[in-house]
Amino acid sequence: MRIAISDDALAIACGADKLAEAFARAAPDAEIVRTSSWGMQWLEPLVDINGMGFGPATPGDVAAILDGGSDKAIGKIEDHPFIAKQQRLTFARAGKTQPLSLEDYTETGGWVALKKAYEIGPEATIGMVTESGLRGRGGAGFPAGIKWKTVAGAPGDQKYIVCNADEGDSGTFADRMLMEGDPYCLIEGMAIAGHAVGATKGYIYLRSEYPHAIRKMETAIKASAHLVSPFKLEVRVGAGAYVCGEETSLLNSLEGKRGEVRAKPPLPALEGLFGKPTVVNNVLTLAAVPNVLSEGAKAYADYGIGRSRGTMPVQLAGNIKQGGLYEIAFGITLGELVEEIGGGTESGRPIKAVQVGGPLGAYFPPSMFHLPFDYEAFTEAGGLIGHGGIVVFDDTADMLNQAHFAMEFCAVESCGKCTPCRIGAVRGQETLERIRAGGRGAGACEALPQMHNAKSSERSLEDEVVLLTDLCETMKFGSLCALGGFTPYPVMSALTHWPEDFGLEPAS
Amino acid sequence: MTTARLDEIITAHSIREAPLMPILNEVQAEFGCIDEEAKRQIAKALNLTRTEVHGIVSFYHDYRETNAELPIIKLCRAEACQSRGSEALAAKAETMANGRASIEPVYCLGLCSVGPNAMIGESVHARLDEPGLEALIREL
Repeated sequence: MRIAISDDALAIACGADKLAEAFARAAPDAEIVRTSSWGMQWLEPLVDINGMGFGPATPGDVAAILDGGSDKAIGKIEDHPFIAKQQRLTFARAGKTQPLSLEDYTETGGWVALKKAYEIGPEATIGMVTESGLRGRGGAGFPAGIKWKTVAGAPGDQKYIVCNADEGDSGTFADRMLMEGDPYCLIEGMAIAGHAVGATKGYIYLRSEYPHAIRKMETAIKASAHLVSPFKLEVRVGAGAYVCGEETSLLNSLEGKRGEVRAKPPLPALEGLFGKPTVVNNVLTLAAVPNVLSEGAKAYADYGIGRSRGTMPVQLAGNIKQGGLYEIAFGITLGELVEEIGGGTESGRPIKAVQVGGPLGAYFPPSMFHLPFDYEAFTEAGGLIGHGGIVVFDDTADMLNQAHFAMEFCAVESCGKCTPCRIGAVRGQETLERIRAGGRGAGACEALPQMHNAKSSERSLEDEVVLLTDLCETMKFGSLCALGGFTPYPVMSALTHWPEDFGLEPAS
Repeated sequence: MTTARLDEIITAHSIREAPLMPILNEVQAEFGCIDEEAKRQIAKALNLTRTEVHGIVSFYHDYRETNAELPIIKLCRAEACQSRGSEALAAKAETMANGRASIEPVYCLGLCSVGPNAMIGESVHARLDEPGLEALIREL
């Protein structure tokens, strides 16, 4: 009997370690393995006994599960609708393999893509990545092939591959799951990138909030060093700064500096880490590459719609009944993801809003659930898909509070380099507090006789809303990076779709 | 914080490119803070000014300049946990800790469908409610 329980951080946080111990005691003859997570997080800890699933299981369920009489049985895991309907390319091994087993990785098609990259050479490798239509999965959506080509063509005695694993967005966990569940896949993707652009050194910038991922990546790098040589890899651990997920700030942090954003140009592709040509890609982008090479560019590009090709590991989070990782081709609608697959809210109350793309993503009401998951469609709708995280809120959410939190978060995490973000976020919080108060009286300073050009009357709610809108405009177009530039998305979308929460007339 | 141990840490990392952050991470993990003395010693070893090192230490949330007096429970306060009731829990957390732990915010632990979540050292805890958090505090 093979009993598989995930050793993903989420499963562990839900009690997987204690459960595995309980099984080891109750079934000493069974083979107990710790695998990656299937991504059905509402069922964690999920027990997989010869392919049949039981969850969420506690040590108290062990006896019943072994007797075959447990009410936690969910049937065959692979046939569960949440799994069966997915199109898993990047997460093909999720739930099936032991994360650090080189044997498991090789048996499931590992290293085939790297061998192919060596065979066909750098130019053809970049050609395949370009043809696949793979775009940056970190949020910006920049075509990976074009970035690689720029770095390959840039002069430099040393080039770098930097993996952005600073997954700070709330509602996202795909990078963490990939690194904890299939670390060799990321290593292979980075080695392919290194070979393609002529880089011999790679860094994985990993956030300190992910200790399990750090340990697994470090172990995996050591275990596979001989397989990717002469390419060398190193994990660098962050220190709790959200802004270091922005690529130029990340580079500064890697260089041992304050994580302040750099002005672009120069592009990191030309002058990146230590001033050398550098590929900065997200975990999911690099981890998608092995599939593109082994299965072919066309096979990958056949998934998706418009200019969004391939699959996106969507992360269903927040107040959702069936949360977890759902990898699917671009084009699925927001409503299908949240209502059909996610099953609505966990609290059972109606959905009020979903935030897509982390703390810098817009809030959408159910009336916009027809939106297809596609870079362009979301941009057009005044939002972004970001890193593919969806956070669901029920009708108890106060959108003015959420807007205020967005400004507060920006103020806390601002690197301080540019004024719209550093000052704007603080002024934004103050303006939202005055909106909550319904406006304000005449300011003491403005009433002074020498301030004859200032408005001396009180400011109404509407005046404050105009101020907020204007401030958001300034932040959006005047900030150096996405932190200040995108904070207006959650704020303005909350104001636009739920004006009643701001004390205004409901939207018609 | 012993000078000799600090020197060992600095030497161990000095062969790396840009060794400052790895050094600071290890000093923080081992000593619980990066104090004035450490800043000066690290600066001297890496040929930086004390100001530069201070600028970096003060930039990153993880680094502390003085030791924490109580064990720290990092309670996630980001949107996904908010949607699952973390704010109500956080409002009571300080009273529940009652001087036995210090409750600090953290923005996302990547366990976003099973919140409210917390982290103590390197251990993570999910699906917290009041009794759950109370149990965590008791076990400290």
